[in-house]
Amino acid sequence: MSSVAVIDYGMGNLHSIAKALHVVAPETDVHVVSDAASILAADRVVFPGVGAIRDCMQALEHTGLSEVIKIVAQTKPFLGICLGMQALLTDHEENGGTAALNILPGHVVHFAKSLADSNGNPLKIPHMGWNQVHYKVHPLWENIPQDSRFYFVHSYFAKPNDPTMVAASTQYPDDFACALSQDNVFAVQFHPEKSQAVGLQLLKNFLHWNGQA
Amino acid sequence: MSLAKRIIPCLDVDNGRVVKGVKFVDIRDAGDPVEIARRYDREGADELTFLDITATHDNRNTMVHVVEQVASQVFIPLTVGGGIRTLDDIRRMLNAGADKVGINSAAVFNPEFVREAAQRFGSQCIVVAIDAKKTSAVGEPDRWEIFTHGGRKGTGINAIEWAIKMVDYGAGEILLTSMDRDGTREGFDLPLTRAISSAVTVPVIASGGVGNLDHLAEGVLEGKADAVLAASIFHFGEYTIEQAKQQMRSRGIEVRLA
Repeated sequence: MSSVAVIDYGMGNLHSIAKALHVVAPETDVHVVSDAASILAADRVVFPGVGAIRDCMQALEHTGLSEVIKIVAQTKPFLGICLGMQALLTDHEENGGTAALNILPGHVVHFAKSLADSNGNPLKIPHMGWNQVHYKVHPLWENIPQDSRFYFVHSYFAKPNDPTMVAASTQYPDDFACALSQDNVFAVQFHPEKSQAVGLQLLKNFLHWNGQA
Repeated sequence: MSLAKRIIPCLDVDNGRVVKGVKFVDIRDAGDPVEIARRYDREGADELTFLDITATHDNRNTMVHVVEQVASQVFIPLTVGGGIRTLDDIRRMLNAGADKVGINSAAVFNPEFVREAAQRFGSQCIVVAIDAKKTSAVGEPDRWEIFTHGGRKGTGINAIEWAIKMVDYGAGEILLTSMDRDGTREGFDLPLTRAISSAVTVPVIASGGVGNLDHLAEGVLEGKADAVLAASIFHFGEYTIEQAKQQMRSRGIEVRLA
């Protein structure tokens, strides 16, 4: 039986992601875990997270999970979600600038103030709700229609140094990277566990992914 | 391509059962929360909001259980409001599977609670619910005041100033209910909605007064709301969420269609 570890480091609700993984693959062992041994033993790893980056990084340092994440991000199919995506970049603008894990080289920046849509209405921050995802071919998008809507809630977004790392983009109002891919690491800004059918499909694809683009 | 405007059905829950108050009295039973949540999810609801309307200590455990059950079967965002007063209340709801909590009276009694909650759990999960009532006389410039206790107690606090303050304290979203319109089926208070939505940088959910599908579209087009919330028009099968979305789309509003 294949297994997936959902990393629990005290940053947010993991109930939904664990339930969603179980629903799409009842035959998979889903473990919500916080110890290094369980994470290293799993076939796949999901790295979720909501909240502020400084708390996130402190929790990772405090628990010693930073090093574990760096190891598994080189060795097995790895999915970062929301803050779990942002933490993979090099640094983050929030909290006056915070160093992150530097697994995917690049920066995490705030949406510009005073953005407006094409009708001149101000765009709200956080970017909250269902927006369209335009992707490049990758196994994790299998059976998901191009430009499907996923659920987002965030005020910062990733800017990878290498643009070929961008696996999908979304407009708000300009294009930003809503998914990144590098070898066995895939990361999404939206919440697949809250994105109904298309989100569940992405999780299912992840559980069948061999870690190769 | 742009962000869709959201339609959010609201389920008032009393001791584990969904009910809907008309002006917060005269409650009718509309069923089982899990069943209703699944129906709305199938019809294309963008989020669900649960309002715990009894919020006695015993019933809080019932609500946690309801959230757990719904979150195990329905994979869209869930907000829980009603009786959220402590950081521990928030933690329990988030751990049960809620994505956001609505804070109402507790914010009025202690605004610092909103700041602490946002710092602890992140602004993305803190919705400040504002119950506002018009207090200006005819001929005067519009003025709305914050009310508590289901609209019975005035606070003297200006609604627009309050919304700005709550965002400054860390609210990630505002759920705005017009106490003048709630239960009337006459449509949102559009000037109120527009005034609040224009005053804050975070998304605003319009609530209170929806009686037909055009009201939903007006909330977005004239009220400048980012999301619209309704209860009774969906609960009793008058309209489906899908009909609501088709209607909004016919008015040129971007929506998520399954």
